Amino acid sequence: MSALVVVSPGPLSTLQDSGRWGHLRNGVTPAGAMDMIALAAANLLVGNPPGEAAIEFTLAGDTLELDAEGARVAIAGDVALTVAGVAASSWRSFALRRGERIQVGALRRGARGYLAVAGGFATPLELGSRSTHVRSGLGGGPLRAGDRLPIARDKAPAGADVAIDPAALPYLDGAIRVVLGPQDDRFTAEGIATFLSGEYALTAEADRMGYRLDGPEIEHRDGFNTISDTILTGSIQVPGTRKPIVLMADRQTTGGYPKIATTATASLPSLAQMKPGDRLRFAAVGVAEARALLARQVEAMRALPAALRPVLRDASTLTSEALLAANLIDGVVGPDA
Amino acid sequence: MSGDFRIKAAGDSGLVVEFADRIDTAVSARVLELDRAVVAARIDGVLETLPTYRTLFVRFDPLAADATSLEDRLRAMAAAASGEARPGRLWRIPVAYGGAHGEDLEHVAHEKGMTAAEVVRLHSGATYHVYMIGFVPGYAYLGGLDPRLHISRRTNPRLRTPAGMVAIGGQQAAVQSIAAPSGWHMLGRTPVRLFDMRRATPFLIQPGERVAFEPIDAARFERLDALAERGETILEPEE
Repeated sequence: MSALVVVSPGPLSTLQDSGRWGHLRNGVTPAGAMDMIALAAANLLVGNPPGEAAIEFTLAGDTLELDAEGARVAIAGDVALTVAGVAASSWRSFALRRGERIQVGALRRGARGYLAVAGGFATPLELGSRSTHVRSGLGGGPLRAGDRLPIARDKAPAGADVAIDPAALPYLDGAIRVVLGPQDDRFTAEGIATFLSGEYALTAEADRMGYRLDGPEIEHRDGFNTISDTILTGSIQVPGTRKPIVLMADRQTTGGYPKIATTATASLPSLAQMKPGDRLRFAAVGVAEARALLARQVEAMRALPAALRPVLRDASTLTSEALLAANLIDGVVGPDA
Repeated sequence: MSGDFRIKAAGDSGLVVEFADRIDTAVSARVLELDRAVVAARIDGVLETLPTYRTLFVRFDPLAADATSLEDRLRAMAAAASGEARPGRLWRIPVAYGGAHGEDLEHVAHEKGMTAAEVVRLHSGATYHVYMIGFVPGYAYLGGLDPRLHISRRTNPRLRTPAGMVAIGGQQAAVQSIAAPSGWHMLGRTPVRLFDMRRATPFLIQPGERVAFEPIDAARFERLDALAERGETILEPEE
């Protein structure tokens, strides 16, 4: 079967889609891409639906080799890469031929990047999703050398490679927006004020399960033991250390520390791009404002296809073959006319 | 019973209906009754629910559902949830106690000043209520442990305990569904896989159902385990 073969994996690369939802009541962690904006961008570049499964790489990417007649792949993330041995820019798609390699280096900015393939990966759906959740084993495990990732198509789809300007992506700048609660009453007024005014830094313990933060201590009311209940992606809990932990995509479904706040969905992609040492502040918003921020973000994502540009004069494509293949007459590369 | 609950926002996509701040079957019955009502109502924009000990979490599509009217609707439904007990199906789970299957059985017996056989008798003599499924897929949190077996958790959690571990910790009992870390005391092991993707029903036990434990010997464990290992269903519930 057609596949992308893992020649050498990055530090932590997993297949992720929009998540394994609908099974919270059975203890199933949704997992899914940490940064849904970058996932959608990578998929858009190869013509996939926004939540299709892609490789999520952490800090640095993978070297992959194509075992198929052809394929179109795309990289979302500010990262150095080579395609068939030639240096290339990211935020664009590439047509690969059999035996060609794409080598994705270290991210220059952010913590996570995505590699999507036109038509998507053809790993089995488990409970409706291809997302990897390492702890439960659902969706497989981290990529390892020699893994063959089956792909749904054997040929690159017709059409030119396209690029996108990452400045068009609607990340929320500034403070991480949170909705206070659902257990903000387990904290003193001073504790909440500290949480909202302090600066926090991601410690080395920051992964897909959660980010342990360092910063000013947050005062509880009546201790820190609670009866275990729901944990969400973006829940911010404060254990006995009095320092917050932001739970991320691979969190467990239930847990027992008081949750001072819940990250607004629109801020999750910004959070996903933070790495140990990065600093952040929290800002409280109401539910209505959090929803408005999300609505604007979703609208901006829907408008993204208009921001796609055909790749014309990228140095890496200026081989004689590429020049011959390109339609240079009308100045813009159209579909295989 | 009504009014003694509250509804809190859990971010922009969730609401939590919170009943009394304690672990008991009457509170759980209200959570489960509300859960049944919300599931049955098929409310537009509601995506899924998660019943826990004393809360019901309702996840919705923030761009499709009107959070305010959803909250009003949940308030009315929660007020109507009287907490009528509805005993769920009973799972009689076979357990090989002690030895390699239950490394902490002797320790628990020693700690409690009883024999291992008495610990087994107390543990397998109760019927447990399934409060919630959480932590990892299919992991059942059970209430109803005999107070004589209440015991603080291990000071040093194990980084990996096997699927099928039958354990106690604090006032609770549990059956582990997949290999995972645990700070609870291992009394035994069941060959039953609470979670197995190869079965038509990957998850066996649901919140609100009941669990009892039946001691089996090591030979029977091996026979049942071999069947379960092949993906066969080795346990059916009683109504």
